[in-house]
Amino acid sequence: MSLDPQRWKPGPLLPAADARDGALVFVVAVLCFLSVLAAIGALAAGRAAEGWSQALSGTATVLVRPRGDQTSDAAAAAAAEALAGVRGVTLARALAGAEATALLEPWLGKDALPPDLPVPRLVAVDLDRARPATADAMTQALRQAQVDASVDDHSLWLEDVQRAAGLARWAAVGVAALVALAAAAVTVLATRAALAARREVLEVLHLSGARPGMIAGLFERRFALMGAAAGLFGGGAAAMIALSARLAGGSGGISPVTPVAWADALAAVPAPLAAGLVAALAARLAALNLLRSMSGA
Amino acid sequence: MRPEALLLEAGAEPVVRFDGVAMRYGRAPETLSDIAFSLAPGSFHFITGPSGAGKSSLLKLIYLAHRPSRGSVELFGRDVSVVAERDMPMLRRRIGVIFQDVRLLEHLSVFDNAALPLRIANRKPAAYRGDVAELLAWVGLGERMHALPATLSGGEKQRLAIARAVVGRPDILLADEPTGNVDHPMALRILRLFVELNRLGTTVLIATHDEELMAHARRPVLRLEGGRLTEGGS
Repeated sequence: MSLDPQRWKPGPLLPAADARDGALVFVVAVLCFLSVLAAIGALAAGRAAEGWSQALSGTATVLVRPRGDQTSDAAAAAAAEALAGVRGVTLARALAGAEATALLEPWLGKDALPPDLPVPRLVAVDLDRARPATADAMTQALRQAQVDASVDDHSLWLEDVQRAAGLARWAAVGVAALVALAAAAVTVLATRAALAARREVLEVLHLSGARPGMIAGLFERRFALMGAAAGLFGGGAAAMIALSARLAGGSGGISPVTPVAWADALAAVPAPLAAGLVAALAARLAALNLLRSMSGA
Repeated sequence: MRPEALLLEAGAEPVVRFDGVAMRYGRAPETLSDIAFSLAPGSFHFITGPSGAGKSSLLKLIYLAHRPSRGSVELFGRDVSVVAERDMPMLRRRIGVIFQDVRLLEHLSVFDNAALPLRIANRKPAAYRGDVAELLAWVGLGERMHALPATLSGGEKQRLAIARAVVGRPDILLADEPTGNVDHPMALRILRLFVELNRLGTTVLIATHDEELMAHARRPVLRLEGGRLTEGGS
């Protein structure tokens, strides 16, 4: 077929995308998917850890011992009244005798408790989460009200739970960071391999007098677009999973360990940009490196 | 023994000057040793020798795809070892190369392939469209401008490679076994193109082992054996 030179438009200097590019996009998309999923896992783990800490730190339990001829009910009521006035306490509620007995049932059985057993009375205290009352302040208030009681602010457990929660949070962040690094490394390798497959194009442009920056720019743009597309596919798929988990599991997520929030899907937003940047940078450096080797340098 | 420097044509400053040049690939033994010769502007030479003698390696040094391991290579009066990397592309644009394996860009049309050096030199398409069409007609590809290289015959590919090499009006044209894959009539037709280009002022250096072609052209010959220049002169 003949061509009218006056109507000729220059064709693209790089060949159109082919199966090798599809493989690159697939590999990078899978890695972006795993990275975003790991990031969402880290967010959920952090939220779970925060939840456990808050659940424990927001409450205290007071064990009341009646004095002299004081009844258990009266002692518990006096303790609740004294505690209600302490700054940082939002609610102090004396548990009824039956409620205290019910707490012992898992250990002693339902019928093993004699009716006249002096079961210690408990006061359940809810604390202000912003400025919780300290155990010392509550003990002081009980002493002033002449109530014989001991305060358990769960600090013994809280420390362990917080340590475990912190560990879970950092482990999740570490896994997410490792997966992201692996994704970046594989993106670099895949980009180099895809570029090496086009060595001949690069060589012809180079020996025809094209400047290294111009050649590198061609590959940089091509691979940036492919990386961004892969990030969009992979990150988008991970975001869809997060949204599905939130939809299926409600605010608690699909399990108490992974309470996913709607906003967690936003973790996918940086994926196209990051993948595009890494691929572009890898393509630029690989192209310049190849060009250097072609000059015998 | 170091061969005698061959100043093939006296007068103007040489387009190419080799002085005591050696070349090696990595840590391998030297592929070329103690090469010394000059090519005057507008000259036409063959370089010949058995396979593995170093013909393609010598061309690589001229078209700046490799650096000498010792000695000095001068192009257009400039020692390439001191030319800044940023100036290399401009130097390469003054050299037209016809590769042994032609190296056409398979995804581009005949017209795009031929126009490539002008496009790389940032020339406006409107300024060269007509010239490229004329050149393609001159090499006998006027009716194949829209075709892809995969659909061309061996001779057509070779002529397209020639068109691409000369479209930017280079000061020197290098051809590596340009007639290796074509029959004798086509080889003579290609030779006529080179002679015509040379007549227009382009310095031509053709690497070949085709004795018949050299005998037909009756041009000076540089002979390489075992990486050393053993014969030359007009």
